[in-house]
Amino acid sequence: MDVTLSKFILAAVTTKPGIVEGNFPIFMVESQEEQERIATTLGRVLEGVVHDMENGVFILVKH
Amino acid sequence: MPPFFITIVTAVILGTLARFFMLKVDYRQYPSYPHGVVTHLSLGFIAATLGAVALPALLEKEFAAVSFLALAAQQFREVRTTEREMLLHLDKSELVQRGPDYIEGIARVFESRNYLVILTALIVSTATHFFNPLLGIISSILAVAAGNRLMTGRNIKDIARVRPGEIRFEGPNVFVENIHIMNLGGEETRETIIERGLGVIIEPFNDNERETLANNGQRMALAHEAASQLGVYKDVDTPEFTPLVRRDKDTGRIGMLILPIERDMEFLITAIKGVPVLESATGKPLRSRAGKKAED
Repeated sequence: MDVTLSKFILAAVTTKPGIVEGNFPIFMVESQEEQERIATTLGRVLEGVVHDMENGVFILVKH
Repeated sequence: MPPFFITIVTAVILGTLARFFMLKVDYRQYPSYPHGVVTHLSLGFIAATLGAVALPALLEKEFAAVSFLALAAQQFREVRTTEREMLLHLDKSELVQRGPDYIEGIARVFESRNYLVILTALIVSTATHFFNPLLGIISSILAVAAGNRLMTGRNIKDIARVRPGEIRFEGPNVFVENIHIMNLGGEETRETIIERGLGVIIEPFNDNERETLANNGQRMALAHEAASQLGVYKDVDTPEFTPLVRRDKDTGRIGMLILPIERDMEFLITAIKGVPVLESATGKPLRSRAGKKAED
């Protein structure tokens, strides 16, 4: 039987230091613009969906 | 001429032809034309032969031969397994997947059509043997027509009203009317969805249909059919543009967000209305006492 993980966080992109922790890559960025750009690029590369947590954190989730 | 020659030949030919005509109905759901056609025609031929020899075997008092029909049923069950496995494997390479429920439905149809062919061949051989080949031909046409009619399931248009729904964003959350579809980050993604997206609301006619539409497999089938008929603005690296079908938890209405290549609401609705209602998804809470009483 295939065992696969679905729906897990691939990475986080944040403008606020210290707000997010975990065993996935966390990208610190300077501005919202940079956040959008990096999140989009990561989304394309990792084939994940960018979700906005509305507290300055974007997470990339594999669905 | 050997005994039963005309009976058997007529029944085999007409049974195989019956399978051929039934195959055409599958064309849309089953794209591996023409090799799939050859496989299924051959199986149809075997099924027709089985049906054709059943009556002569009985008349010759060869009861052991008739019991082979049971063995044949086993063979055709294999057809269902093979179809299911193949389609499940292929489903992984689809941009918008059919889903296991839809595949099970298709596999089941492939199996049952072989039984219909056996039945058709049996009817033809009976009509040909006791009357004449012409009556056999007529009976086969009737059998195929009746089979098609009885085996045609319902479509979405029979169970629900399909109408356009407005797409809107509340912060990063995208809605179709009041149905929350998902949370999406990124201004660019939002703009693309507003620009290219189409929203559809599917309202079930009653409580039975509400449960049918709640089924996840049915919803995957909706997304797959809509995407395969209108194209989908998506690639493997943009999973955020996958068509999504979500449910209004209060009323059981379904909201769908899709980014078709052909952005045409009229044809999107036509495509959705034509999606088959899956046998495995059909719920009938109104048949139960509690379900009936709870309805208001």
